[in-house]
Amino acid sequence: MSDGKYIPKSKLAQWFDSRLPLLTLSHHLREYPTPKNLNYWWTFGGILTFFLIAQIVTGIILAMHYVAHVDHAFESVEHIMRDVNYGWLIRYAHANGASMFFLAVYIHIFRGLFYGSYKSPREMIWITGLIIYLLMMATAFMGYVLPWGQMSFWGATVITNLFSAIPLFGENVTEWLWGGFSVDNPTLIRFYSLHYLFPFLIFGLVVLHIWALHVPGNNNPVGIDVKKNSEETMPFHPYMVMKDFLSLFAFLIIFLWFVFFAPNFLGHPDNYIEANPLVTPSHIVPEWYLLPFYAILRAIPSKLGGVIFMFASIFILIALPWLDTSKVRSSVFRPIYRKFFWVLVVTVILLGYLGAKPPEGIYLILARIATAYYFIHFLVLLPLLGRYEKTDPLPMSISDPVLNQPSLIDKFKKSAAQYEGDNVDSFK
Amino acid sequence: MLILLNRIILIIFISIVSFSVYSEEMNTDYVKTKWSFKGIFGTFDRASLQRGYQVYQEVCSGCHSVQYLSYRNLSEKGGPEFSIEEAKAIAAQFEVEDGPNSDGEMFMRPGRLSDQFIKPYPNVEASKAANGGAHPPDMSVLTKARASGADYIYSLLLGYEEAPSGFELDEGVYYNKYMSGNKIKMLAPLSDGIVEYSDGTQSTTAQMAKDVTTFLVWVAEPHLEFQHRMGFKAIIYLIILLTLVYMSKQKVWARFGSKNIEEEETFDKVERAVTEYEGEDPKTFK
Repeated sequence: MSDGKYIPKSKLAQWFDSRLPLLTLSHHLREYPTPKNLNYWWTFGGILTFFLIAQIVTGIILAMHYVAHVDHAFESVEHIMRDVNYGWLIRYAHANGASMFFLAVYIHIFRGLFYGSYKSPREMIWITGLIIYLLMMATAFMGYVLPWGQMSFWGATVITNLFSAIPLFGENVTEWLWGGFSVDNPTLIRFYSLHYLFPFLIFGLVVLHIWALHVPGNNNPVGIDVKKNSEETMPFHPYMVMKDFLSLFAFLIIFLWFVFFAPNFLGHPDNYIEANPLVTPSHIVPEWYLLPFYAILRAIPSKLGGVIFMFASIFILIALPWLDTSKVRSSVFRPIYRKFFWVLVVTVILLGYLGAKPPEGIYLILARIATAYYFIHFLVLLPLLGRYEKTDPLPMSISDPVLNQPSLIDKFKKSAAQYEGDNVDSFK
Repeated sequence: MLILLNRIILIIFISIVSFSVYSEEMNTDYVKTKWSFKGIFGTFDRASLQRGYQVYQEVCSGCHSVQYLSYRNLSEKGGPEFSIEEAKAIAAQFEVEDGPNSDGEMFMRPGRLSDQFIKPYPNVEASKAANGGAHPPDMSVLTKARASGADYIYSLLLGYEEAPSGFELDEGVYYNKYMSGNKIKMLAPLSDGIVEYSDGTQSTTAQMAKDVTTFLVWVAEPHLEFQHRMGFKAIIYLIILLTLVYMSKQKVWARFGSKNIEEEETFDKVERAVTEYEGEDPKTFK
């Protein structure tokens, strides 16, 4: 927990560390001061790191057996499932790992929204995180194309066709992406190539994300600055490491349950039918984690408008640190924002539900209302709340946040009144 | 408290939404039957798999391929578990194209364990030409390619009925209760006694449908039994690990709480300050 310069003990280590300060880095990572009041919502960063590495490892093994060719892709996946030793386990872990990765990232993002982790001085953590999220979606989308099932093919067709909505040169962009005049072998091969590349870009960005985190240090549930290297913080290792492991193993139980007992529950049955350009599935739906955006895309009557709103729904988050003008970080002290936060959570889940439904009748109306609300939340409510919301008083330090819970303050006031026997309100 | 309530409502909401999205296609009332392979400890009924193979071979294989299945799979653990000799004999019943030989000619030879199941048609076009324009799908992963796979296929096999009056059917199209649109180009494949079981089981339509569906589930997931066993062990292992990590975590955090002498000092300091301020014994202040 010392801020002083780290000096390795042995001469050899000193020689090494003065030339390549890996030991200093390791020391920093171990001693990195974390607020002692972090709750379990803060353990999802560790879970995400685990899943990134798990996806890379399983993915590299799958790549040893997969064949990126329209005539062999589906067959090679079946070869992995049947003939490769533990191939079924590796593939199911990779496919469900992607879902768990997104589940964890959504919890991670909403945790940031709830506790105001995007606010100054942590804007760069938030923005690097969003770029990671964008790359994750691109990677997952391209990965879903690789088994070359019906949903792979038609999902790829729908998504790549979105670019044709760009005025003037949209068609050219789409053909350039395809490498031809429809989704075909060149498309599959380049998606495979990029699907292999992107995880490493994500890995690099994760390094930046953590680097940016280590500059100001963690936010915390109370949302006020902690004094570094005081009794308000504790070293990352072993305290947070133990907590992260505890959370990770609990999360892994859910993951393994899917892998072993419901490996295809989150997938679409149509993807076990080999891609056929001549047969369109009755409903083309993306994987569950992209459904909210799919709902926004289809809620807008024009194609170009849908594409703009879909991308805007993600890019608007980059502006979030400046849209939310409230000085108070944690929603614990923002009674009104807190309510709107939960409304937003419900809205996003509702959008996900509507994304799986055909865009007609009541579903379409609801999707439009939810889309409108999503944008109103960020563009109207947040700036207004920042100006007009009356926030609860903040504690002096993270050690005494309990005093600010209204019920406790009342109790305290009551006992103080008994003791003092005079006007309570003058007692502060 | 309010936040807790919110969370509970949220979790219920998520469960309802996800359940309704995923069960949407399962709403159809399929014919109910008990599957031995369902559940955490699910295993295949060996005899049923062997009978199912017989039904596939005698009834389905004329039109439907299982191209990703190999003859050797028939003798592997977790499957029908024919003996190696039986599997070899089964493979040898079929003629497989091999080659080219030293003269550059392709030739036919009896099947071996390493061969994949032979296909009834050389290509999709041939299968369409022979089946009135409909392509009998490959059945290697059929139970995974249909929502509620086993229940759907079992029901479909039993779903042939007289078309209701006024329901138009073209030549070569049949009415099936469970087919989407109720029109199917496959003639009812099963009828009582069409297959003669060697183990004395009555070959009723329902029995054959159940056996062949079980077989197809295994064809789609040949490692299912192993997967279930391994999953159970893995999760038990993780629960034990989780308990140990929890205990270690408690221990490590307790160390942080008690080792800090400064904390007690701070407390004393605060107490002293309060005493000074109040000018009396802090113990009475509650």
